[in-house]
Amino acid sequence: MDWSVIAEYYPRLLEGSWMTLKLVILSSILGLILAIPMALARVSESLAWNGLPRLYIFFFRGTPLLIQIFLFYYGLSQFEIVRESALWPYLREPYWCAIIVLGLHTAAYVAEILRGALQAIPRGEVEACRVMGMTKPTMYRRILLPRAFGIMMPAYGNEVILMLKGSALASTITLLDLTGMARTIIARTYTPEEIYIAAGVLYLLISWLFMLFFKLLDRLFNRHQMV
Amino acid sequence: MNHWVKAGALAIGMAASTFAMAADKIKIATEGAWAPFNFVNEQGQLAGFDVDIANALCAKMKVECEIVGQDWDGMIPALKVRKFDAIVASMSITEERLRQVDFTDHYYSGGLRFMGPEGKELDTSKVGLKGKVIGAQRSTVGGMYLEDNLADVVDIKLYDTQEAVYLDLQAGRLDGAIADELPAYDWLNGDNGKGFEFKGEAFAKNDKIGIAIRKKDELKEKFNQALKEIRADGTYEKINAKYFPFSIY
Repeated sequence: MDWSVIAEYYPRLLEGSWMTLKLVILSSILGLILAIPMALARVSESLAWNGLPRLYIFFFRGTPLLIQIFLFYYGLSQFEIVRESALWPYLREPYWCAIIVLGLHTAAYVAEILRGALQAIPRGEVEACRVMGMTKPTMYRRILLPRAFGIMMPAYGNEVILMLKGSALASTITLLDLTGMARTIIARTYTPEEIYIAAGVLYLLISWLFMLFFKLLDRLFNRHQMV
Repeated sequence: MNHWVKAGALAIGMAASTFAMAADKIKIATEGAWAPFNFVNEQGQLAGFDVDIANALCAKMKVECEIVGQDWDGMIPALKVRKFDAIVASMSITEERLRQVDFTDHYYSGGLRFMGPEGKELDTSKVGLKGKVIGAQRSTVGGMYLEDNLADVVDIKLYDTQEAVYLDLQAGRLDGAIADELPAYDWLNGDNGKGFEFKGEAFAKNDKIGIAIRKKDELKEKFNQALKEIRADGTYEKINAKYFPFSIY
């Protein structure tokens, strides 16, 4: 083992960690934005509303993330229409492709987590809202969604950490995230043990940060339950 | 008690014999994504110049060989931990690699060359490449060349396989790519390479491709001997002619 390679290459590993953080944070935000309307449609009992999100969730949960990344990155670009569209400056960049696919992927999971949380709200609380004479939109905005966020927080924190690990696949489309950077360094130094251990430690640190963050969020959303 | 001794002896005997069998068989790794040197054919088998050479060498050495596929950037680490015994995968003999493994004499020579879309000017001088997006396969001589010489002017994209580099060339994400001249020559002459051409002249032509083995492995001498034999008896020329109309030795 030659630990000096870590001393030599840690700035590049940190650069990779920053890229990984950006991927996870931006795709999580995108995923959450997409997931909320999807979950709301999904709890509706009419097929007209819940059909589309069901299909979407079925597709994104049922196929591997790697295949989704390849389909989006290499597949879409085979079509001339895509290459000539106004979106091409973004779709050309592996960075935006990765964020979009990771976001679409996590949206499916978050929508299901949120649906579960919405359905787990005790019936009595929903009835209380009705008794107060709230309209549906007010009820969701003021009571049900905040309540559901509180219920889903542990599961949601889990999902974000899964995304952190899923983001390693971005290295397959030339992005220099933490994994991509580690592989590029190893291509030169041939020290896979040392560099992968260092990358693993950095991943642990990042997920620890996320865990702390979600613990705080959990407290914030469930503060009414704290004794 | 006696039974146990017998069973134990039998088990050890069997283990020893499988060991001996394993020692006779040489495991050779190739990548399978570097046509025409190594690729997966329509039957799903590894084929190509490297595979033909490996088989010819094994025939000369009178040993049984098994050819296995391995991802390119894990090649040398896997050789070192004995997942296989030799790499016949168009690996250039470089100083950096020689610190990790030994190489046989070279079995062909190559060089690097830029390529890009037909009809689009690509000046391959350092000044001309400023701001261009150039792709290469990670952990190859071409990839290293970009990092060592052009990192400050070029946007470098590194791919897991050469096939992925071609895909992104076709997608128009790359202004150009740098690759070994011979496989690129093969791709440009095929259907997929339509619309693309070499840019500038070949360079880094002192590139020698050898067979990697573990340090101080006696296989090196055996391979070298077999290489001399296939060079002398015309087997090499025959294989060469199957893939290229000119000598690549």
